[in-house]
Amino acid sequence: MSDHSIKQMTPAESGLSILFAILAFLSLVGAALGKDQAYIFHAYLACAASVAAVFAIGNRYFARPAKLPVQEIDGRPNYNFGPVKFATVAAVFWGIAGFTVGLVIALQLAYPVLNLDLPWTTFGRLRPLHTSAVIFAFGGNVLIATSFYVVQRTCRARLAGDLAPWFVVLGYNFFIVIAGTGYLLGVTQSKEYAEPEWYADLWLTIVWVMYLLVFLGTILKRKEPHIFVANWFYLAFIVTIAVLHLGNNPALPVSILGSKSYVAWGGVQDAMFQWWYGHNAVGFFLTAGFLAIMYYFIPKRAERPIYSYRLSIIHFWALIFLYIWAGPHHLHYTALPDWTQTLGMTFSIMLWMPSWGGMINGLMTLSGAWDKLRTDPVLRMMVVSVAFYGMSTFEGPMMSIKVVNSLSHYTDWTIGHVHSGALGWVGFVSFGAIYCLVPWLWNRKQLYSLRLVNWHFWIATIGIVLYISAMWVSGILQGLMWRAYTSLGFLEYSFIETVEAMHPFYIIRAAGGSLFLVGALIMAYNLWMTIRVGEVEETLPRAALQPAE
Amino acid sequence: MSFWKRHQIVEKNSILLIIGILLVIAVGGFVEITPLFYLKSTIEKVDGMRPYTPLELAGRNIYVREGCYLCHSQMIRPLRDEIERYGHYSLAAESMFDHPFQWGSKRTGPDLARVGGKYSDEWHVTHLVNPRAIVPQSVMPGYPFLAETDLEVTGVVEHLSTSRVVGVPYSDEQIANAAADLKAQADPDSDGADALQKRYPKAVVRNFDGKAQRLTEMDALVAYLQMLGTLVDFKLYNEKANLR
Ligand code: HEC
Ligand code: HEM
Ligand code: HEM
Repeated sequence: MSDHSIKQMTPAESGLSILFAILAFLSLVGAALGKDQAYIFHAYLACAASVAAVFAIGNRYFARPAKLPVQEIDGRPNYNFGPVKFATVAAVFWGIAGFTVGLVIALQLAYPVLNLDLPWTTFGRLRPLHTSAVIFAFGGNVLIATSFYVVQRTCRARLAGDLAPWFVVLGYNFFIVIAGTGYLLGVTQSKEYAEPEWYADLWLTIVWVMYLLVFLGTILKRKEPHIFVANWFYLAFIVTIAVLHLGNNPALPVSILGSKSYVAWGGVQDAMFQWWYGHNAVGFFLTAGFLAIMYYFIPKRAERPIYSYRLSIIHFWALIFLYIWAGPHHLHYTALPDWTQTLGMTFSIMLWMPSWGGMINGLMTLSGAWDKLRTDPVLRMMVVSVAFYGMSTFEGPMMSIKVVNSLSHYTDWTIGHVHSGALGWVGFVSFGAIYCLVPWLWNRKQLYSLRLVNWHFWIATIGIVLYISAMWVSGILQGLMWRAYTSLGFLEYSFIETVEAMHPFYIIRAAGGSLFLVGALIMAYNLWMTIRVGEVEETLPRAALQPAE
Repeated sequence: MSFWKRHQIVEKNSILLIIGILLVIAVGGFVEITPLFYLKSTIEKVDGMRPYTPLELAGRNIYVREGCYLCHSQMIRPLRDEIERYGHYSLAAESMFDHPFQWGSKRTGPDLARVGGKYSDEWHVTHLVNPRAIVPQSVMPGYPFLAETDLEVTGVVEHLSTSRVVGVPYSDEQIANAAADLKAQADPDSDGADALQKRYPKAVVRNFDGKAQRLTEMDALVAYLQMLGTLVDFKLYNEKANLR
């Protein structure tokens, strides 16, 4: 960038150092005056993190040469993979943490003594920890890692900004820590998938805007005239999540020195805002973002072009247009007006089509390369994930039909649907992407062991099958028991009888969950060994391009 | 120019692509959400709804904090079995002062929209401390610490006035007396009880947790549970007039 030979701090370095110094001071004030324990704890965390940030920026400055990393070396882009590596490792870490908490709450539902009667360990506080850890910490880091990788590769340009990508990755993970510790301490707005309180929301807003800027900045530097399909999906994901976050979260804190706030929306309107957000967290976080992964990693791994470019155009616009309407299917038969429910149902059913359009595009990319499924367990994992995507996007529209929903709503059927999407689609496509990324990022010829990938695949698949089939049976059973009548016209079962009937299925679910967790541990070992002892890749120019980090 | 050619314009211009995305995602939300704020039929006309008393509000905040909503819905659907099991289906009006709403999405435990008055205070206290003492097969967590924790009483006024800003119609009088009302509701012998009931019709004044000397989180939570579903007067509710 600049050509000075005298070493100088960049405006970003000095500006951010000053901002973090101010933030450290403000957090200290917050810690001193804070009105509740959780707020004080978070203020101390923010203070420690800000001080660490100032030191890190200083250290990095003293360690770096006078010139910032160049954009290109010998006409090839000088990619910036440091933040990508960090987010990849974070994803594996949070994944295992999130699955473990999932297993704990699964066991709590089977054996309630495991709640331990302590405030921090009851189901009500651990469940948001699970959902946030798997969706935002695991899924979010996978999305950040892959998006920063893909955008550089497909634009043939170095990631925009010098400190900015690090700010995004570290700032996002700091948000996760605040959110997660908050749940354990009872800090929550109670809006599903948007539980963090106002100060965490504000911080996430800043991080997210920076994420958009880095991503967009890289696209603007691209050497290719076309923006690659995966990047449309990433862009839709980033932009829409920003809109949803701002729409669902306005809240007024009781005091700026305390954690509690009151949400701006109330009653029906709040419910509608919440599920407009909630369904599209599914649609844009868990779907659009991961479809972007599908569109880059499957063609890459299969070494085939995307099946149909036109299909991807239609499916992209139809998907993002229709998804937004589908929120009310979470509120069937509630006090939400009927016209809204009907709209939600109609659009949810239509949503089946673009969803399967995406699935077909992903699966058919393998035409001519199907034999690779036998030899490459990584590819197999990603292809099976697309099949699971197809399954849950068939089940979803079906559950959106009001009569079906009258049975499934409030039951474990929803939980089964969630996890066929979450474990099968989000989980497997992420594992596939991570298995591809680690050798690419660390310049390894290949993974340490494909046999271990195979083990991971089969163990996790059995786990998923156990999990979702147990939940289908328990969900439908529960729904039928609630509405069963005796011949005399009385309700046949008391509520507690329906709770008892769930017990065996909760044990099977926990068994399935432990298999899924074991699979993830095998993956972590495999990746660790790949990095530690894997054979270094030398032939590709990638190695030479690695900046020193 | 064919559609595919024209589409290349957005494929080559990231700013146009973003604008396109924003326009496309704006439609659905706009059509579904905005009418809910001005269509009068969205929230029924009912008698009896009032803002929560300071003690009930504190209890509600504990309900939120402990994540009770993750196992309990507060939304009875107009289906025969639900109405028989839980009572009249829930009205939008019944949650109009809820910031945030607590309808829930999962029934690991039963619906609580009309649990008020169903059990005695003592039942609730025993059940919350150890659910299996009353229902052996229950999978609900125990909350013994609620009975041991003093309720935070500072800042009550701010809680009410903040709620007012987001739209809960607390009167100046209710806000001015918030601190006294908070204590009076759990103390039937106090002088404040009558004044409280004037300000909040149908408010139940009892020593909910059975500990006369202390105002605990248990008092607040049980006060909230005992209020649930008791406010709307269904004798006066005109179903036909509110058909939507
Ligand atoms: C793990 C899920 C779970 C959580 C969390 C939970 N409950 Fe429950 N709850 C149940 C189950 C199951 C039952 C039915 C068995 C019983 O009565 O214990 C129940 C029953 C109840 C009942 C009796 C309802 C009736 O009509 O018989 C009340 C009241 C109640 N819970 C209140 C609460 C409150 C308040 C909280 C939060 C502090 C809470 N529950 C948290 C699962 C849960
Ligand atoms: C080891 C693996 C996992 C186990 C054992 C597990 C277990 C659970 C359990 C027990 C619940 C609560 C269900 C209830 O309230 O009845 C739950 C909820 C949930 N889990 Fe998981 N989970 C796992 C992995 C995942 C993953 C990978 C994701 C997402 C990427 C995920 C997303 C969710 C979501 C969104 C919910 C909330 C569902 C709802 O509110 O309807 N889980 N999980
Ligand atoms: C065409 C696509 C889809 C449609 C129409 C759809 C529809 C539905 C419906 C009807 C429900 C039940 C709501 C209720 O009764 O409470 C639901 C719940 C859910 N779905 Fe889907 N679904 C789709 C795809 C997916 C995918 C791919 C995932 C995950 C990766 C997913 C994740 C979830 C989650 C997390 C919930 C639970 C929300 C909650 O109650 O907390 N869905 N979906």
